[in-house]
Amino acid sequence: MTNLSYLFAAYAVVWAGIFFYLLAIARKNARLEREIRELEEQLQRADMKR
Amino acid sequence: MNSAGKRTLFWRLVWLLALAAMMASLYTIFFYAPTERTMGEVQRVFYFHVPTAIVAFIAFFFVFIASILFLLKKALKWDHFARASAEVGLLLTTLVLITGSLWARPVWNTWWTWDPRLTTTLVLWFIYVAYFMLRSAASSDAGPRLAAVLGIVGFLDVPIVFMSIRWWRTIHPVTISSKGILLEPPMLTTLQISMVAFLLLFAIMVRERYKLIDLARRLAFLKQMSLSVTSERFSVPKEDNG
Repeated sequence: MTNLSYLFAAYAVVWAGIFFYLLAIARKNARLEREIRELEEQLQRADMKR
Repeated sequence: MNSAGKRTLFWRLVWLLALAAMMASLYTIFFYAPTERTMGEVQRVFYFHVPTAIVAFIAFFFVFIASILFLLKKALKWDHFARASAEVGLLLTTLVLITGSLWARPVWNTWWTWDPRLTTTLVLWFIYVAYFMLRSAASSDAGPRLAAVLGIVGFLDVPIVFMSIRWWRTIHPVTISSKGILLEPPMLTTLQISMVAFLLLFAIMVRERYKLIDLARRLAFLKQMSLSVTSERFSVPKEDNG
């Protein structure tokens, strides 16, 4: 491996690390927001039926 | 515009600034900063490695403060903030160790050495791995309190990591000494732009992680409410044994 290869690997690791971390969080956030919306709608419907 | 709208706009601006800062950082790293005389091109790892390390230290400082506030005020938001900061700090410390190794291989001809700076950084990594293991292993009541104590005590390693190159003999390069910052002006400017980019990224990562923790808490609460509504409607009558 040349010096430039090590340099490339280091930048790739940092970018990939931060990118995949943010992507994982964004996907979980979207899933949780969807579940919360569905539950709130369910609870609203249950309230109306009472 | 209501406060939620202003907050959304603010964070969109932060995202845009972070993107611009990263672009500026990449430009200065590859086209503005001069090539270091001894190490050559691989020295440019410095412009990511150092900001990542400094921002990791800042993250653990936030864990330290938030942990103290959680123990004093017992408000969950401080525990959430400590947890989000600790996770980001641990990710950044992992990146510091990896980029350091990738730099060390061509320069020192080894992936690792038990140099004081490297060793104390590895200890710091283990401390925050233990922080998360403790949270998982303890009960839901005790976990945050125990983690807060470790978050306070664990921070003691941060100044040890920083001062290790002054207190002990080390082969790790010294850029910040008692005489000041030992860098040529173009290198210093490049480092400063990188620092701004990583600080903005840090703010975004902690905010997104905090949001996730808060959403999980809200979901758990709504699920509990939903269960109690369901059990009211479908309560099983007691058996008549008479």
